[in-house]
Amino acid sequence: MNVQIVAKSKPYKEKLGYRIGLDFRKNKGLYLMILPVLVFYALFHYTPIMGILIAFKDYVPKKGIIGSNWVGFRHFYDLFTSSYFWQVLRNTLWISTNNLIWGFPAPIIFALLINEIVSVKCKRAVQTITYLPHFISLVVICGLIKNFVGTDGLINNMFFGEGSRNMLENKNMFVPIYVISSIWTEVGWGSIMYLAALAGIDTQLYEAATIDGAGKWRQTLHVTLPGIVPTIVLLFILRLGSMLNVGYEKIILLYNPLIYDKSDVISTFVYRRGIQEASWSYSTAVGLFNSVISFILIYCSNTASKKITTTSLW
Amino acid sequence: MIHSKSKGEIVFKAFNILFMLFMVILTIYPLMYVLFASLSDSTEMLAHSGILVKPLGFNVAAYKMVSNDPTIYKGYMNTIFIVVAGCSLNILLTSLGAYVLSRKNVMWKSLITFLIVFTMYFSGGMIPFYLTVKNVGLNDSLLALILPTAVNTFNLLILRTGFSAIPDSLEESAKLDGAGNWAILFKIIIPLSLPTISVVLLYYAVAHWNAWFNAMLFIRSSDKYPLQLVLRSILITNETAQMDMGTAMGEKLATRESIKYAAIIVSVIPIMLVYPFLQKYFVKGTLVGAVKE
Repeated sequence: MNVQIVAKSKPYKEKLGYRIGLDFRKNKGLYLMILPVLVFYALFHYTPIMGILIAFKDYVPKKGIIGSNWVGFRHFYDLFTSSYFWQVLRNTLWISTNNLIWGFPAPIIFALLINEIVSVKCKRAVQTITYLPHFISLVVICGLIKNFVGTDGLINNMFFGEGSRNMLENKNMFVPIYVISSIWTEVGWGSIMYLAALAGIDTQLYEAATIDGAGKWRQTLHVTLPGIVPTIVLLFILRLGSMLNVGYEKIILLYNPLIYDKSDVISTFVYRRGIQEASWSYSTAVGLFNSVISFILIYCSNTASKKITTTSLW
Repeated sequence: MIHSKSKGEIVFKAFNILFMLFMVILTIYPLMYVLFASLSDSTEMLAHSGILVKPLGFNVAAYKMVSNDPTIYKGYMNTIFIVVAGCSLNILLTSLGAYVLSRKNVMWKSLITFLIVFTMYFSGGMIPFYLTVKNVGLNDSLLALILPTAVNTFNLLILRTGFSAIPDSLEESAKLDGAGNWAILFKIIIPLSLPTISVVLLYYAVAHWNAWFNAMLFIRSSDKYPLQLVLRSILITNETAQMDMGTAMGEKLATRESIKYAAIIVSVIPIMLVYPFLQKYFVKGTLVGAVKE
């Protein structure tokens, strides 16, 4: 009895305000420490998120974001009724689909093959060398590509003979160039996650399979592959979630007006209309479309991943 | 044991070795080609087509031109400044954030974590970001390449995971000895997390070294160009006017190509030199980062 009365007589401790005060007094020092980080996120992440408002306004730098006039959904109307926007969206999806179909299996196959190398030294050497392109700057990579596929470039000469036209001026060549060069830079690096999964497979499973008379091929099929399927599914779902985020920096470095109709993607379109032509509001609207769809995609794929593999981003 | 020596497996092994050799050559050769081409005689190089297995002739003229070029030198200096200043700020802020977010019994921790992680999946987009940085007054300043990238959320999460792994008992005994948060962070947590911190530091350093897009957005005066932006004008937009000045007209085209090759080599060298020693740390980072948050 007594105990209950005591507990009831101190409801103040349960109150939110009290807990906030207590927490603040206790952790003042910690909050002070994280303050610069919070200021950073407020300034360089949340201020731009607020800046999305200009997608619904007619932004004029002189009037500022608050002072500019509201125009409602006009920019979105302009966007969805322009045929060029749909072409840009199609290009985005086409490039990322190709990148997915060709670029996704490549590191898996590569990891499986690396895993078959017996000598540890050879394995290390192959890994070290094939990870390298991942660290070379995009500007240099694109400089190499432009040089090799340009008139009299190494690759151009090999396939089309001397003096043929720059391959980047042929709009049908753009997607293959983009995808193949991406595989070149990322295949080694992309195999790391799979190699880690492969290393985690219990060796007893292989021994048991050998005793049961399974050869190398059947071991791969029934032990190795099932061992990395969770990793494959997880990474695949995450890739699906970022379908709209094509590597625009690479495209800006590689493309030219002659091949815009095959290589222009949402982000490069935003860049040209916004930064180069100063259509601030319109390009922000395009960017917002991109962000919202991307967010929905990543949210859905994360939910799917949670259900299928029980692993997820959050 | 019978299976391990079947014919199919021997064929497979041979094929695998050949394939790996092919992959290694495919990765290395483009860079070797550029190295050979940069050392070749520029007019011979222009007439040549197909692969190179060694330099055509031997000529370091392109390197002389590149090293005498003030824009490349200036770009190098700017990039070194950005890497050093940027990484210092990166590590300081990321450690502070990771420390606080790895403490227990902090009421607002989950809200702060949510707000921070949210920015990985939703952003204002390029244009609002551009306008924000401009409005802060960072236009045409090297700070525009340092402050807006001061904390990378992914790296923050890697470091938080690292800090969480340190046993609480160490922190508690330090508290009993009267150590405050700053002392605990700098005298206990950071010294014990050096491997993770070096992974994060490497990621930041490589990102700064290779970054060019923000520089293109914000830097106007060419004496503030970082190396990558200088390279972009040489490799992508073909501006070598300053360097080949004084070369006869006919040789210009040839010289221009050689300068490109030499510039690539000069910019890739620092990464190539440190990469073999640091590669294992990079790998560690991707695996730590893969741990679910």
